[in-house]
Amino acid sequence: GFQNASSPLMEQLIFFHDHTLTILILIISIVGFNLFSTMHNTNIDQHMMESQGLELFWTIIPSFILIFIGLPSIRLLYLLDEVYNPAITIKTIGHQWYWSYEYSDFINLEFDSYMIPSNEMKMNMFRLIDVDNRMMVPLNSQVRTLITAADVLHSWTVPSMGIKADAVPGRLNQVNFYTNRPG
Amino acid sequence: MSEEGAAAGGAAGEGGAGDVEEFVLETAPFDPRFPNQNQTKHCYTSFLDHKRCVKARGEEFAACDYFRRVYTSLCPNAWVAKWEEQIQAGTFPGNI
Repeated sequence: GFQNASSPLMEQLIFFHDHTLTILILIISIVGFNLFSTMHNTNIDQHMMESQGLELFWTIIPSFILIFIGLPSIRLLYLLDEVYNPAITIKTIGHQWYWSYEYSDFINLEFDSYMIPSNEMKMNMFRLIDVDNRMMVPLNSQVRTLITAADVLHSWTVPSMGIKADAVPGRLNQVNFYTNRPG
Repeated sequence: MSEEGAAAGGAAGEGGAGDVEEFVLETAPFDPRFPNQNQTKHCYTSFLDHKRCVKARGEEFAACDYFRRVYTSLCPNAWVAKWEEQIQAGTFPGNI
């Protein structure tokens, strides 16, 4: 499954995923049941050759199912590409082996963010994920993050917001997200 | 790991007065010339535009400040420092 969503787009992605997976499970169980029961059925009708009606039925129904899946998919696809005016820009720069963050809109705030090693960890921290200086983000705001790297290729992700982008040296990748939950 | 802090209203440099000013967050707006994920050109073009504006109109011209704020918000400080050094040394590859 997915982590709990921290942004409205991720909520939509999770809903779409659940919707599609439900349909898939229904289809697979119906087909699986038919397959299973046919395999174990020894009655054979030698005069049953073809049936136009049946074939029409099982062509039309899947096309409706596909439309039923495809419409939310297209909607979500365009929703993800919406244009925003962000409230704040944060630059994320990947180094070996830490991230540094720059908040340059007003005061030039820069800091490095190292992972806390397991031997220095306290019991209330996330192992291998917690860092000394966390990247702080304002709540209920549209945030633009520009991701790049200083040395080699890295990748930056926040799974609960459905964000992942590569950090490429010499390139600025832009990712927009809206924060509606603290944490 | 990102953590959301307080909402966008906060004391902007107030001392012990207890007043909280409304603070509006502003940053480089959406530029339709650069609608896609790759914003490298956006950063570089803003930097060039600022230098050309200053060269054409002088340091004091207020409208040049827009470009300066855009490239400050968008460009990593390391890139800006490197370009400034190149300009000082005369090796900047762009056309100013």
